[in-house]
Amino acid sequence: MSIEVSNLTKLYGAQTAVNNITFAISKGEIVGFLGPNGAGKSTTMKILTCFIPPTSGSAKVCGLDVGEQSLQVRKHVGYLPEHNPLYLDMYVKEYLAFAAGMGGMKNPAKRVAEVIDLTNLVTEQHKKIGQLSKGYRQRVGLAQAMIHEPDVLILDEPTSGLDPNQVVEIRDLIKGLGRDKTIMLSTHIMQEVEAICDRVIIIDKGNIVADDTLENLRKSSGGKVLVRVQFAAAVEQSALLQIQGCIAAENTGGYSWRLTGTQADFRQAVSQFALAANLEVMELVSEQHSLENIFRQVTGHVDHI
Amino acid sequence: MWTIFKKEIRGFLSSLIAYVVMLVFLGTTGLFMWVIKGNTVFDLGLASMQVMFELAPYIFIFLVSAITMRSFSEEKRLGTLETLTTRPISDLGIILGKYAASVFLVIIALLPTLIYYYSVSQLGSPQGNVDTGAMWGSYFGLVLLAMAYSSLGIFASVVTDNQIVALILSMAMGFFFYVVLGMMGDIQALDVIGKSLEWFSLEYHFNSMSRGVLDTRDILYMLSFSGLFIGLTKTFFESRKW
Repeated sequence: MSIEVSNLTKLYGAQTAVNNITFAISKGEIVGFLGPNGAGKSTTMKILTCFIPPTSGSAKVCGLDVGEQSLQVRKHVGYLPEHNPLYLDMYVKEYLAFAAGMGGMKNPAKRVAEVIDLTNLVTEQHKKIGQLSKGYRQRVGLAQAMIHEPDVLILDEPTSGLDPNQVVEIRDLIKGLGRDKTIMLSTHIMQEVEAICDRVIIIDKGNIVADDTLENLRKSSGGKVLVRVQFAAAVEQSALLQIQGCIAAENTGGYSWRLTGTQADFRQAVSQFALAANLEVMELVSEQHSLENIFRQVTGHVDHI
Repeated sequence: MWTIFKKEIRGFLSSLIAYVVMLVFLGTTGLFMWVIKGNTVFDLGLASMQVMFELAPYIFIFLVSAITMRSFSEEKRLGTLETLTTRPISDLGIILGKYAASVFLVIIALLPTLIYYYSVSQLGSPQGNVDTGAMWGSYFGLVLLAMAYSSLGIFASVVTDNQIVALILSMAMGFFFYVVLGMMGDIQALDVIGKSLEWFSLEYHFNSMSRGVLDTRDILYMLSFSGLFIGLTKTFFESRKW
């Protein structure tokens, strides 16, 4: 196991940031740590990187305890904190050499060149960090996190505040790193998890509310199917609820409805209903039961489900 | 520790702090020793560097505070404390690296004053007639004093994330331990208590060394003073874990 967390609790005064959570991440996995702001994602990551100690419970990285074997744990962990703090008046190369030295690298210069190459910083390596754009700064952040060849990378919101192109670049970079490292990354963007992660842990108000692969999570939402339909004329809600398998109908403005069905061929049922009622269908679309909805469901912000 | 030390020194050099510190220190001591009428070597007619050694502890209160004010407060403000403390290096290693860098910079600033020493010894009559013991004792004392002030400055920097607060706090503490405690012995009303308090001042021990007598008690006092404040710094540094 690369990361083992058991019965971990963190209190800030009277406030519970993390409440008795338990999970394990095996070697080579890319796990998305998902949750609304203030759910306890960063706190858990700070504990795993030995920045703050837990109030109770234990956290282990590569079999080493974060409290007792803190220094060894830190050798195995690369960390990109939230907001990516950097020394703005240092040069990229200078900073990475410093990070390599702090990480105890034997041959810093060689490793710095490698990492610069890996993160595509070659053209920017002689600039001051303060002169870099946000996307490049994020690359520097990733570079410093992996410079001492850690087995585990802990990335706190690695793509927040980036433009869509940069987001894609950073995601590709992370995916590439994931081939031989264990990665735990936090985010509150569902698409991100769908794009990079094998597995997702959803945390809310300090509690783990879901921990599964993406596939299983989609299935577990009960096989409900969402259909968006637009008719050419007004329809009564009661009539729509008569459709076989329809459990909910919601008017989304005008003649548009969002229908929730229970069976896979629900769209067929809807069109048959329209034919029978002699209604013209302008639009009939199946809405994927996305992770976004699962997220809302499990974090208690249920929306039309 | 060595990596931190190097980084700090580079930081001093690239942020002009190093040059300003040297310029101000050499400028003021030079002016008072040779130029500004009143106490110059020529006015006193003595081949001694007493003027500089009397002045330096006061300049140091300001200069050392300026050197150390950023050390931790800036890391806190930038948030880089998080990347710094999650690397495989102990808290004490980080503190000592920054401390050593500050002491090193002061020593570098002191080195050019050896020219003053040479000049004074050339002016002696007969040539080379200077109180060598007092001179080296004073230099040694100044280095120990720089260590003591650095420990104060590092401590002031660790308690706040604001450089200016760190600067003022460090100067206030330096002033207290050198000047205020040093005056205690002169206050008649305090009598024995005053004398005992004076013993705890940096000035008392520095003056003792300036006379050219290297007493182990003075050296031990100076070193434990630094040790105490480095220990306090470590305690405060770890307070993030409370």
